[in-house]
Amino acid sequence: MEATRAKIRAFLAKFFQHADLKDSDDIFALGFVNSLFAMQLVLFIESEFRVTIEDDDLDINNFRSIDAMAQLIERKTTSHLAM
Amino acid sequence: MHIRTVGVIGAGVMGTGVAQNLAQAGLHVLLLDLSTDILQQARKEIFHNIRLAQLLKRGAGAKEDTATIIDRITFTTEYTPLQDADFVIENATEKWEVKKPIYEQLDTVCPAHCIFAANTSAISITRIASATRRPGNVLGIHFMNPVPMKPTVEMIRGFHTSEEALTSAGQLLTAMGKKWVQVQDMPGFVSNRVLMLTINEAIYLLQDQVASAEDVDRVFKECFGHTMGPLETADLIGLDTILYSVEVLYESFNDSKYRPCPLLKKMVDAGLYGRKNGQGFYTYK
Repeated sequence: MEATRAKIRAFLAKFFQHADLKDSDDIFALGFVNSLFAMQLVLFIESEFRVTIEDDDLDINNFRSIDAMAQLIERKTTSHLAM
Repeated sequence: MHIRTVGVIGAGVMGTGVAQNLAQAGLHVLLLDLSTDILQQARKEIFHNIRLAQLLKRGAGAKEDTATIIDRITFTTEYTPLQDADFVIENATEKWEVKKPIYEQLDTVCPAHCIFAANTSAISITRIASATRRPGNVLGIHFMNPVPMKPTVEMIRGFHTSEEALTSAGQLLTAMGKKWVQVQDMPGFVSNRVLMLTINEAIYLLQDQVASAEDVDRVFKECFGHTMGPLETADLIGLDTILYSVEVLYESFNDSKYRPCPLLKKMVDAGLYGRKNGQGFYTYK
């Protein structure tokens, strides 16, 4: 889980250069990026963690914070293993 | 008339937006372009944009599956499937030599009741209608970009356009969630006669080194409160499309005030088309 968080943090660092981002910070509320940025996060997560974000997961709340994204990835990878 | 199937000609920026919007409205779409490569790219683009729309939808609600929506679109390089079309929206390149043969083909293939809407920003609807044997069933719908997000369009009545055709177009637009402003047919209509001239003049400002691209746009945004400046808008529309549109206005009015700015021509020759290929007045990643 920590490795996942670190990868997300590294990706976000490209866009939040001056912000000291906490894992629980709402990146949309901070105002540096708009909601269109969420789609970039979807594509990043799909390619980096080799998961498929289904229609049901296409909810902006899943991409609000490093914690939320890590939980989504955790859920996707474990459900994948269970199959 | 009940519109079930809509043909969309051209799978560029506008055509893919129109196809997506129609599919999201529950209509069956036939999306036609010259090559399977272009169509594959369009499919990817539409898939991406439908997912984006799903993501931005507030609350859980009853979302339709992305797959269900995209399956309403048939991607084709053939005109034949258009024999089932009730309505066609044509989004080909803004050149008469390109559009004319398309309308001749459509007129042969499509059923007699089928209505043709030209999604053009400058070419005369009356002239387009003259390429068909159904001028009463030809009108213009000038969609704005990005199509699924923009709530209002210009609807253009050609010289022969019938009241019935306008009513059917209105029904289709309502289904797509759009409102419209109806205008008469004169090159550039309302929007582009003013916008293209504004953009062209803004490019002259840059050429004459009156101000940088950023500063030209800042004046419009910060002084006038516009959402975007003219040069950002040009990048969004595509500089090639801007050039074609200005050239059409120039040819239509034979008025030198529509002469295209040499810098615009140079940028198009250099392959700087704006957002769609990453470089215009600004650089896009």
